[in-house]
Amino acid sequence: MSQPGFFDLLSLGSEGWGRALLAGAWMTVLIALSGYGIGAVIGAFGAWGKLSGGKAIRVVADAYTTVARGIPDLLVIYLLYFGGSAAITSLGRMFGAEGFIGFPGFLAGALAVGITSGAQQTEVFRGAFKAVHPGEIEAAIACGMSRTLRFRRIIAPLTLRHALPGLGNVWQIALKESALVSITGVAELLRQAQVGAGSTGLPFDFYLIAGILYLAISSVSGGVLRQAERYFGRGVRRG
Amino acid sequence: MDFEFTRDTFLSLIAAVPMTLSLAATSIAFGIVLALLLALARISGILPLDWFARLYLFVFRGTPLLVQIFLIYYGLSQFPAIRHSFVWPILRQPYWCAIIALTLNTGAYGSEIIRGGLLSVPHGQVEAARAAGMSRFKLFRRIVMPLAIRQALPGYGNEMISMIKSTSLASIITLMDITGVAAKIISETYRAIEVFVVAGAIYLAINFALTRLVQLVEYRLSPHLRRPPPAAAPIIEGEAL
Amino acid sequence: MSAAIPPTATPALSVRDLHKSFGPVEVLKGISLDAQEGDVVSILGSSGSGKSTFLRCINLLETPDSGEVTVGGETIRMQTTKSGSRPADRRQVDRMRSRLGMVFQSFNLWTHKTVLENIIEAPIHVQGRSRAECIEEAEALLAKVGIAEKRNHYPAHLSGGQQQRAAIARALAMRPQVMLFDEPTSALDPELVGEVLRVMRALAEEGRTMLVVTHEMGFARDVSSRVLFLHKGVVEEDGKPQDVFANSRSERFRQFISQ
Repeated sequence: MSQPGFFDLLSLGSEGWGRALLAGAWMTVLIALSGYGIGAVIGAFGAWGKLSGGKAIRVVADAYTTVARGIPDLLVIYLLYFGGSAAITSLGRMFGAEGFIGFPGFLAGALAVGITSGAQQTEVFRGAFKAVHPGEIEAAIACGMSRTLRFRRIIAPLTLRHALPGLGNVWQIALKESALVSITGVAELLRQAQVGAGSTGLPFDFYLIAGILYLAISSVSGGVLRQAERYFGRGVRRG
Repeated sequence: MDFEFTRDTFLSLIAAVPMTLSLAATSIAFGIVLALLLALARISGILPLDWFARLYLFVFRGTPLLVQIFLIYYGLSQFPAIRHSFVWPILRQPYWCAIIALTLNTGAYGSEIIRGGLLSVPHGQVEAARAAGMSRFKLFRRIVMPLAIRQALPGYGNEMISMIKSTSLASIITLMDITGVAAKIISETYRAIEVFVVAGAIYLAINFALTRLVQLVEYRLSPHLRRPPPAAAPIIEGEAL
Repeated sequence: MSAAIPPTATPALSVRDLHKSFGPVEVLKGISLDAQEGDVVSILGSSGSGKSTFLRCINLLETPDSGEVTVGGETIRMQTTKSGSRPADRRQVDRMRSRLGMVFQSFNLWTHKTVLENIIEAPIHVQGRSRAECIEEAEALLAKVGIAEKRNHYPAHLSGGQQQRAAIARALAMRPQVMLFDEPTSALDPELVGEVLRVMRALAEEGRTMLVVTHEMGFARDVSSRVLFLHKGVVEEDGKPQDVFANSRSERFRQFISQ
């Protein structure tokens, strides 16, 4: 059997793997986005807890960031996927279902990315808030702005501007981490490449294409983030 | 709480620590050399070197480590030329494939940290050394490098912790590091939470020890930032010079 | 702003026996002040005298430990808790603050908004006025302080003097009863001080009620209607500028102005 050429693999027709790989790339973006979004919510709460929470909240937040940044993301995925599956299976058994019920891979993946991303985003938001000039917040207080108004009109936009570079970094990390979700069988980019490699016996070609696709996603998102930084940084003197 | 299970798990995982540490230490060591070369390439001023280094960084920081591992471990076996070459005995082993991938990866991230350290050396100190007649090589070795290392230490400490975590990916290509053993136990017993807690604790302990170690080195390397020693008693009394 | 203001019984601002400590250090040791409408009060003193703290206690940027602040007849209600005293009603405080315009030493313009947006921000969102009305008034204020052409610029692109004038316009936009100035020219390069003092002088001549913490002796002597000299948290001089500067009772004050 003749080996398909490199570019034959990429074709979008029924013979080629192009469509499957692009679908995988799309799934990768979805997982990374969902995880990143979850991480953003956790990060906002975590930073708020560390900055203005009582002693108990701060201890919890510190423990969370220390643990989440100190253990491998792969372990978190194993915990959520296998642990979740075990939990659901025993739950199902209580209702008479038999056999193994798997925890949805997408959910495990997004949650895992969210948990690790959340710790990183906590630190980004916390550092960004501290970089805001306290005088600008005082001026808002002196105008009689209520807490909510202050936060909405002054604190949040200024914090966001300082947070953007760090948040961009965290996004790139989340994107690469989504590749780990392939171990749960979810049909994201790396998994599709694995399937293709196994099917055709051409691992190098497939992993190379996967790498190129990851680079493409990373570059495009990097460009978008730079635009956002430029928009939010308007009015700031360079240097 | 099943103490017996926890104890057995702990013992099995501890036995895997040497694998994790050897993967990390070896790739960090090789990685530092690679990082230094890349950093020098970027600040050399020689355009082709700079571009090559930038391309390298773009590729290795823009793709997931797992893809890089797969490319080396699975991907290279696609080529008969490699399978029949003298490097094949090395390249067919998951251990060395992991080392190569981890090294190439940390080399990229580390190079930016080292480059930052090199660029942070105050120009004035370089000028003073040059004025004293130091050769370029000696200047680099005795003035630039020590200062650059001090500056780069905190960032590199973070990179090393990141590497410890990255070694866990080696478990996916069958290596029995801490995560590999943990995955095995979980898939056999489905007691994910207990195994996770023990494995996580071991990783945290390693990272804590590493952080302390880096802090110690930082302390030892910066006597100029500590309190000055008590003034020595004057040897000659009387007239000022 | 209306012209001659008849003397009223109710002072525009009244402060009774203000005490404030930071930890073991008592910074304000019982300061009292009544400012009538149209009074321009200069507050002088060396660093550590408590003058900035005093000003910041008026709009509760610092919380006084005891004492009373009354703005336009309304007293800020305080409550005592285990950890000291606190304003009893946050909304009352916000309302008070919107009647006091503050100008800071470091301007504190909001860097993510243009000059115009800075000026209309509080009138629209705190006082609930219409956007069109606020913009119109803002344009007038910008012209008044002399930076009309900078309306769409960001604060970072303005000189220090321009930023401070924009900050004054921002405070004026809230139509405050009393204006508080916390060392408005101390952070400015010497050649930019004049343009800000000119604006402040114009406001004083309009009949605005102003409290100004300052080191500018010229302003204190020539523009203000009243001079307060604080030393270590206590008022040592309080009177008309000509009286205080010519016949001061306090030795420290004479030392202070001779520097």
